[in-house]
Amino acid sequence: METFQEYLASWPLDRRDEGAQRANGKSVPALLERESLRPEDFLTLLSPVAADYLEAMAQRAHELTLRYFGRAVNIFTPLYISDVCTNQCRYCGFNAKNPQKRRHLSVDEAVAEAAFIADRGFQHILLLTGDARKLSSPEYIAAVVRRIKARFASVGIEVYSMTTAEYASLVAVGVDSMTMFQETYSPELYAWLHPVGPKHDYGFRLNAPQRAAEGGMRSVGVGALLGLETFVRDAFATGLHAWWLQRHYPGVDVSVSIPRICPHEGNFAVQHTVDDRTFVQYVTALRCFLPRAGITCSSRESAFMRDHLVPLGVTRVSAGVSTVVGGRATQDMHNPGQFEITDRRSLPEMIASLSGIGYQAVLKDWEDPAESSLGSSSLCAI
Amino acid sequence: MEVTINGATEHVAENATVADVLATYGHKATAVVVEHNGNIVPRETFASVRLTVGDRLEIVHFVGGG
Amino acid sequence: MQNDSLVLGGVVLKSRLFIGTGKYGSDSLVPAVVEASGAEVITVAMRRVEKSASDAQGIMGHIPQHMRLLPNTSGARNAQEAVRLARLARAAGCGDWVKIEVISDVRHLLPDGYETARATETLVKEGFTVLPYINPDLYVARACVEAGACAVMPLGAPIGTNRGLRTKEMIAILIEELDVPIVVDAGLGRPSHACEAMEMGAAACLVNTAIASADDPVGMARAFAEAIRAGRGAWLAGPGAMKARAQGAEASSPLTGFLR
Repeated sequence: METFQEYLASWPLDRRDEGAQRANGKSVPALLERESLRPEDFLTLLSPVAADYLEAMAQRAHELTLRYFGRAVNIFTPLYISDVCTNQCRYCGFNAKNPQKRRHLSVDEAVAEAAFIADRGFQHILLLTGDARKLSSPEYIAAVVRRIKARFASVGIEVYSMTTAEYASLVAVGVDSMTMFQETYSPELYAWLHPVGPKHDYGFRLNAPQRAAEGGMRSVGVGALLGLETFVRDAFATGLHAWWLQRHYPGVDVSVSIPRICPHEGNFAVQHTVDDRTFVQYVTALRCFLPRAGITCSSRESAFMRDHLVPLGVTRVSAGVSTVVGGRATQDMHNPGQFEITDRRSLPEMIASLSGIGYQAVLKDWEDPAESSLGSSSLCAI
Repeated sequence: MEVTINGATEHVAENATVADVLATYGHKATAVVVEHNGNIVPRETFASVRLTVGDRLEIVHFVGGG
Repeated sequence: MQNDSLVLGGVVLKSRLFIGTGKYGSDSLVPAVVEASGAEVITVAMRRVEKSASDAQGIMGHIPQHMRLLPNTSGARNAQEAVRLARLARAAGCGDWVKIEVISDVRHLLPDGYETARATETLVKEGFTVLPYINPDLYVARACVEAGACAVMPLGAPIGTNRGLRTKEMIAILIEELDVPIVVDAGLGRPSHACEAMEMGAAACLVNTAIASADDPVGMARAFAEAIRAGRGAWLAGPGAMKARAQGAEASSPLTGFLR
């Protein structure tokens, strides 16, 4: 079947640039009344001329978010289990050339960290590793998941690109969601940003979400790291990626993450900083184009920004975040994290904040039915 | 001999061909499609396909419909 | 609009109105209806011949040569019967298009999606250009498309009821989700119904009863043709906003006020 890479070829960079330049702002109000938008409409909503209609876009995004998600926001927390990395991504704190001491948790250590997180009340956990396939192998990740699965309703992964069979093997031990940031959807820029290491392979990463869906992953997330490429190019490609996945995998819950690059270890000069207004335009355009897709906003963003993005379309936020390996139970805070956290709210603080703006924090949005039935059968055995 | 045509028992001459039957029905060969014992009969063989006792013949054509 | 054509099974069509041939007071009306409608696709059914044909010409004698014939499998109660009818229709030598219609409930005359999808699968493998008539059910439609249907034909309302686009929401979902043309079939009773379907993005409409049962079928055929052109034109033109949500119409509590 067609891959997303093949489909994306029908939207080369100049077609995206020209579409955004040619967009007619006057068409925006009509687009906001449509029940379904085409990719070219999404491009119009991302274009500079649509910025004049930001409030109208926000109203529509709010209306759609309320319709499909209500006043509920899912909460998760990330757990970094290894920062050993063989890539040299120019913007990343885990770049193999950064001289920091690396840490790779043993399965026991990872389980202890996860237990600490579960004790704080989290039900959805996201496991992260660097790209070091030999050390942080699929088998290693599976070993951690097997041990922690019983304590979480949902276990997600945000790791290097895998094969369909590897994704299926992780689904088999209880992983239900997969997130993969393409970083940038521009192949040449991508090659420059990721000069060495397995991540250099643009196409293998680009088609990873599709392989995860093929491998049986219930939930798949995509995202570009805003600031690497000009806004419209990557913002459009990200929405298009999610839209394409929704069309081809109607049984998969597709979501979009909206990371904006922030300061970190190293000295990467951000070329295309996305300002707050444009960032809000992105979230509202995504919501209008993908009314039923989850939108995840990480602690890279401030508490102020996140609180204001929730009514506009964000449906999932992290809390109690550490981007340091072993940053919780084992209190090793000497290493720098992957990126700087801006919103340091704990779980109780996040619940209270959301409640303050009229939203309910949802800790458990889903549970693996196989796991629940195991639970009830063990009850019967008593 | 007796054969079944469009679900009804009919009497036709010994060794009658499909074309013979169509003639008695008043239909032009070009306007119908014929199924002989479940198999579609090519139009050019209407005159050569002979019926035997107990054969089933379906003769259909296009009619108005929506 | 000039170059706006519909391609079905490799055939380029300028007209997006498909017509039927049933229920006319006289079949002799058909040529005038064809001309007034501008239709290029016309559907016919297949039945056993009568022992002594009164109208030896039959319906085919009234259908102009240039028309693309879309035989349907009406009368089929399951996939097997639909396949048999389709093969018979093809043997008539009028092309390999077929509208699959499988109905086993004669009270409501609703199509059986499961059997329809099965028949689609078989007939596509045999090289037919298949247009299945379905309830606007996303799963059935997907099954048909996966089986190789070149379009799907969801019903707007129960067949023959002239009640209009009662299944609008469901048809909108098919238009949104499927990559094949959506041809709205059955239930469209007024030109405005067909126009509405086209405005939503339907690729074409099939109309039979509404034209055949009109006091003036030729006039009604022309009216449907105009409505379908209007609806298609509106879809291509991109409708403007209905509400005053234009620039400057700020809400009382702006959601983007925090950016200032």
